[in-house]
Amino acid sequence: MELLAFGDTGWGDELFYATLMTIAVSVTAMFIGFLFALIFTPLKLSKNRFLNFLANSYTTIIRGVPELLVIYLFFFGGTGAVMFVASIFGYNEYIEINAFITGAFAIGIISGAYSTEVFRGAIQSIDKGQFEAANVLGLNKFGKFFKIILPQTLRLAIPNLSNVWQITLKDTSLISVTGLVEIMRQSYIAAGSTRDPLFFYSFAAVLYLILTYLSMKLINKLELKYNRGY
Amino acid sequence: MDFELMTNSFPKLLSATVITLKLLSVSLFIGLFIGLIFAILRLNKNIITNKFAYGYSYVFRGTPLLVQIFIIYFGLGQIEFLRSTFLWVILKEPYWCAIIAFSLNTGAYTSEILRSAFQTIKPGIVEAGKSLGIPNKIIFYKIQIPIAIRQSLPAYGNEIILMMKGTSLASTVTIMDLTGVAKYIISTTFKPVEVFIVAGGIYLFMTFIFHNLIKFLEKKYSFN
Repeated sequence: MELLAFGDTGWGDELFYATLMTIAVSVTAMFIGFLFALIFTPLKLSKNRFLNFLANSYTTIIRGVPELLVIYLFFFGGTGAVMFVASIFGYNEYIEINAFITGAFAIGIISGAYSTEVFRGAIQSIDKGQFEAANVLGLNKFGKFFKIILPQTLRLAIPNLSNVWQITLKDTSLISVTGLVEIMRQSYIAAGSTRDPLFFYSFAAVLYLILTYLSMKLINKLELKYNRGY
Repeated sequence: MDFELMTNSFPKLLSATVITLKLLSVSLFIGLFIGLIFAILRLNKNIITNKFAYGYSYVFRGTPLLVQIFIIYFGLGQIEFLRSTFLWVILKEPYWCAIIAFSLNTGAYTSEILRSAFQTIKPGIVEAGKSLGIPNKIIFYKIQIPIAIRQSLPAYGNEIILMMKGTSLASTVTIMDLTGVAKYIISTTFKPVEVFIVAGGIYLFMTFIFHNLIKFLEKKYSFN
């Protein structure tokens, strides 16, 4: 227990901040994933074959390639890509991207592929009559989407999105290879300096379990809220 | 684009794929047995075994695979008395540590898949078997298990693909699998995109094969 003391003598506060970091990366990644889903879900549902192909390649490639490989691509290739874009605009200095952004972006792209599939499934399972009824009521495109389709989509999507959240949360442990100090990296540092890997990795597992447990509780509440009237 | 690097690294990555496939097949094989045992424990009415099986699958599904590998590879070596037993022969090898972690992990997911498959079997089928005078054991092995396997095929196909991606974590414990070699080439040449295309392509090809294999099996064993 001494090992977990707060302050200079133990690793309690470090692990606490690392847990906050894990939560921050997961939430950011999930948010970036939603943005990607917002772009790619309409493409997947569109009748244009090219756009369809584009969205399908995105979800297939990302879901078929290991997360670690994607992270390595961003970790080693991120700086180069940003500097290449910057050089087009005439900026040739070295740019260092921090590990948080690289990591959140890499995990976000992965989580976005799963979210896209979830939203596609949810929208497709909404009854055709709902779209027709919205048309009959004379709602414009935005009213139709935001007032009729989206609330129903969310209800259907939440259980699956909770799975995506769990995957995202667990995937953030992989960012530790890039040096971002989240739970896994902090445990690695602590295990190295105290020579007690069994304790620290087990404790990391407990932290992840607490996070998944708490988020499950939260999502169940959300689910209840969106299931009102059913 | 450095096409020369791509063609040069292809054979190296391909030979690393053999290790990935070995890790995958061995852990899936062991994981299937673990999954079956824990699925049966879950369906058991005994509260203790039931809770134990539930706890097992909860812990392994609620924590990242990376933590599990690290606990087994770095953590277990710390226990003094393990070092003196024959287990140490296995636990000092990163390859076997990875296999243990992967098997336990996929076992947890497989147990959930099989459990839900068993639960969706209509009671009428079991009752029909009973009314024909078939002993309970035979009903279980000859009727329930085949139906459960068919029911769980789609979900198990996903699990195979997830596990294939999971084997990439073996590279974190010094195993030179496909991802490990890809990382090595990236970090020596600093050409991440080219290597990613080749290694990612190999992974995608494997995903494609597994996906179609499962689809074929689903069709072959469909009820209609």
